[in-house]
Amino acid sequence: MIPAAFDYVAPTSVADALAALAEHGDDAKVLAGGQSLIPILRMRLNTPETVVDLGRIEELRGIREDGDAIVIGAMTPYADVLGSDLVREHLGLLYKAVAEVADPQIRRRGTIGGALVHADPAGDVGAPALALGAEFVITGQGGERTVPAEEFFRDLFETAVEDGELLTAVRFPRHTGWGSHYEKFVRVAHQWSIVAVAAAVRVEGGTIAEARVGLTNMGATPLRAKAVEEALVGKELTEDAVAEACAAAAEGTRPPTDLNGDSDYRRHLATVLTRRAVLAAAGG
Amino acid sequence: MTVADETTAQAEIGRPRRRKEDARLITGRTKWTDNLQLAGMLHIACVRSPFAHATITAIDVEEAKQAPNVVAVLTGQDVKDIQGSLPNAWPIVADQKAPPHPAIAVDRVAFAGEVVAVVIARTPRAARDAAELVDVDYDELPAVLDLKKAAADEVIAHPDLGTNISAHFELHSHEIGTGGNVEDAIRDAEVVFEREYRQQRLIPAFMEPRSVVVDPTGEQFVMWSSTQVPHILRLMLALTLGVPESKLRIIAPDVGGGFGGKLQVTPEEVITFLAARHTGRPVKWTETRSESLLAAHHGRDQWQRLTLAAKKDGTMLGLKVELLADMGAYLGLVTSGVPILGANMFNAIYKIPSYTFICDNVFTNKTWTDAYRGAGRPEATFAIERLVSDFAAHIGMDPMEVRKKNWIAHEEFPYATVSGLEYDSGNYEAATARAEEMFGYAALREEQRRRREAGEKVLLGIGISTFTEACGLAPSRALGEANYGAGGWEHASIRMLPTGKIEVVTGSSAHGQGHETAWSQLVADKLGVPFEDVEVLHGDTQIAPRGMDTYGSRSLVVGGSAVLKAAQKVIEKAKPLAAHLLEANVDDIEFDKGQFTVKGTDTGVGIGDLALATFAAHNLPDMMEPSLDAEATFDPINLSFPHGTHLALVEVDTETGKVALTKYVAVDDIGNAVNPLIAEGQVHGGLVQGISQALWEEAVYDDEGTLVTGSFVDYTLPTAADTISFETDRTVTPATTNEMGAKGVGEAGTIASTPAIVNAVVDAVRHLGIDDIRMPLTPERVWKAIQSAGQEQQAATPATQQPHFGDAPNQDTPETDAAVSGAEVGGPDSMSPDTTPGDGAER
Repeated sequence: MIPAAFDYVAPTSVADALAALAEHGDDAKVLAGGQSLIPILRMRLNTPETVVDLGRIEELRGIREDGDAIVIGAMTPYADVLGSDLVREHLGLLYKAVAEVADPQIRRRGTIGGALVHADPAGDVGAPALALGAEFVITGQGGERTVPAEEFFRDLFETAVEDGELLTAVRFPRHTGWGSHYEKFVRVAHQWSIVAVAAAVRVEGGTIAEARVGLTNMGATPLRAKAVEEALVGKELTEDAVAEACAAAAEGTRPPTDLNGDSDYRRHLATVLTRRAVLAAAGG
Repeated sequence: MTVADETTAQAEIGRPRRRKEDARLITGRTKWTDNLQLAGMLHIACVRSPFAHATITAIDVEEAKQAPNVVAVLTGQDVKDIQGSLPNAWPIVADQKAPPHPAIAVDRVAFAGEVVAVVIARTPRAARDAAELVDVDYDELPAVLDLKKAAADEVIAHPDLGTNISAHFELHSHEIGTGGNVEDAIRDAEVVFEREYRQQRLIPAFMEPRSVVVDPTGEQFVMWSSTQVPHILRLMLALTLGVPESKLRIIAPDVGGGFGGKLQVTPEEVITFLAARHTGRPVKWTETRSESLLAAHHGRDQWQRLTLAAKKDGTMLGLKVELLADMGAYLGLVTSGVPILGANMFNAIYKIPSYTFICDNVFTNKTWTDAYRGAGRPEATFAIERLVSDFAAHIGMDPMEVRKKNWIAHEEFPYATVSGLEYDSGNYEAATARAEEMFGYAALREEQRRRREAGEKVLLGIGISTFTEACGLAPSRALGEANYGAGGWEHASIRMLPTGKIEVVTGSSAHGQGHETAWSQLVADKLGVPFEDVEVLHGDTQIAPRGMDTYGSRSLVVGGSAVLKAAQKVIEKAKPLAAHLLEANVDDIEFDKGQFTVKGTDTGVGIGDLALATFAAHNLPDMMEPSLDAEATFDPINLSFPHGTHLALVEVDTETGKVALTKYVAVDDIGNAVNPLIAEGQVHGGLVQGISQALWEEAVYDDEGTLVTGSFVDYTLPTAADTISFETDRTVTPATTNEMGAKGVGEAGTIASTPAIVNAVVDAVRHLGIDDIRMPLTPERVWKAIQSAGQEQQAATPATQQPHFGDAPNQDTPETDAAVSGAEVGGPDSMSPDTTPGDGAER
């Protein structure tokens, strides 16, 4: 498990990182927390000539308030997200999903931005980011642009971040007072999600006023179950009503088939887990 | 369990001491093979075949040889005349067939992962980089991956053999004189109950990857290896390579687990030796985790067909067992013998008047299989314990009642079994009564019924496993009768140092078992010295020259017995000296708690003083050699037979198929325990490993013969987060075949727990018309079983009209339905017909 030789660059500013990417072009890979890239390098599934390590760029870390949004630096480790009162109070869904990521060691090293740009559909932060309507701040040498979540995830391991660009931050609209739950289905605790459902709901007087539902590992990208969201709005908070609204959770999805289950089984799971996630979100 | 205060004077045997080796093993600050650094040491990287079966048409190593820091590149052509054939020590029948087993493939590869070339370089990275430059041309050959297809000889794994059948083995009770003819019993029986079970392929997945270092620079070749069997390795390397045994020294330093996976003589050990001899320099090979999963031997992998002849009242009359056992591509050290280790165990704790065991050992183009924790006995225990529970449901009896009706009563021991063993002791009634009491069996049955009647979506299931197994491999004479290539004795010696300290040298080779602690306890009690004064030495053929090593739950009952025997010799040797110094008659000397005294007086001398007296040798009896040291070899007269009753409670989420273990009671009878804390640890670890076979683990190949579960992402091992707190207790009927009354505990948990879990899951859903689900019981498999059963039930009897378990038969369908239903639910291709991988994966 020894990677092929590569050059290593560890810039200390975003500008220097972008310059390094411009210099090395296609032959460079960006290293964030390394929880996916390092195994890939060690197994020689990818052999970049240069690795640009973002680990020393302080400006990419941290969680702050910015008007109606909570902004999380791309290099913020999962553990810092879990330790943030801002996240806990205003982004309960993100908090609950991040709490389910792998194990403490990985949460200490892995970063929010690294996971989002890696864009593994079984990763646990894509679906809550979609569900919460996050905006992705992408920086290139030409400047900064902001991409809505719907446009960020393009395909398997493919995002709106182009060659030579970096994801620098993610802006999450506050969802203060929403109930939320991340229902993760795995066979063993440290596994990638077989299917997971991220649900956030705002309940007014026993009725669902607003709902957001994201699906993990139900296709090539994280998905938002808009039909379910719409069906939930105005529904009384009963198990039957929620179940009825969630029955369409798997519609239009193309989940994978692998050792943990075939696509039909995942479609079934999605409907059950969506119901459970919404009920748990509404209850808490 | 509380840990005793280690300063109070009390008997060591039976004391739950914490292990003295824990500090260094848990922190990892110790000598693992890969830690070793020798001056000028070179490093190996292996080039492995990506194909399951192919002819090697050309290997171009020139570019690799020119790469920076590369010293040499070896291919099969380079070593074909010197590498020999890796040993199989157990030809189970006279006409056993096996292909040559090269360390480096010469002109053909027979499984994906087989070594085809080896790069030797100055650094591990240079070796790995250059390995990428070795260019191998293959012509692919048809590969046989499915065990049943292999047995039908449709495609041949080794064309030169002309068949995939390596050996055909039969055992019939009417031929060995232990019972009747099972065919007669089947013909005449009121009930003939037939089932087929699948033992999936498993990967031992020990924590420390394998590693080998060979230093050729002295008079002896010194090999450090992460092995369970340094002594067997030394002999087998000598025989394989033609090197004088006296020129080989093998060291097993601290070894991070094995589970049978390091009971082997590996290609990489031979390769590292050849590389060191070729270069004249020390060489190291350490595998990656991927290599370990791919190429270290696998375990289990059987199809098991059982036919039970019985009366309607549950009385068993005959049992016929027909196995297909997957050898994989080659025969390793005891590959061929693993299924045979189960030949005498399918009858288990039951009095069955007639018995037949038939096994075909079959080659496929997969990684070869060999011993894995339990080796042959878990397979047997799983099948019989599943069969008994299924049979009970079939005839409408409680599964525990069927067991009680047929088991050997405690007053019937010693008991000669229908498969030819003699069980020396046991008390199944006592263990079962204790387990039922701890479990709350009756109340849980009631809760199970309540949930079903309320139509709840999370159902309860209760699983029973009343297991026994055979430990303490093994009486040498019995091994000889079974055509095993060696004896089953163990050796020990005791060195009495002049300061009163003691060195115990053991031929057992610990790799996590805690021998250093347990052997110290044995000797401390036997010789009456403080625990702290005893040091245990092992795992180096220069320090411990004779041994048969550690596997098969043999260390305590065989190796521990050898230690006690050697200690007794020390006492006998010391008595004349004590008599001499005390000016008494030797017949009047008594020994107790470290003191030799003259009978009826308070004059005495301590054993430490006698050790010093022999060191000085100033005043010894005439003709006495100046030494109290002694050695002993112990050969057991019989196996030992731990048993126990395990009860599992699971919740099955019928909406997702997910199984949650909620309660597990294990009452084990392992005889007397030298260190109950170590025994408890063995039970806990064993339980998790057995539960993991039931729920989580499977080595899966795709249609091309590529291992899909090639990393821990896909080979799903549990962690502490996936298990529960086990409730354990012990009942004790001492073994009669060793001084300690111990039976062995290393594999019991693994053997017992797998059927307990599967029985529990099937029990939860049996009323839906499900009588089997293939291991591992993934949520998908459980959910699909429920779905397909639901469809069948709608055509037959609605689930709500099925009688509930416990008050009436819940399976009153004819037995042919049971078999058909089992095939439909658990058959090779029915679970996931449209999934990849397909055929080879046998999902």
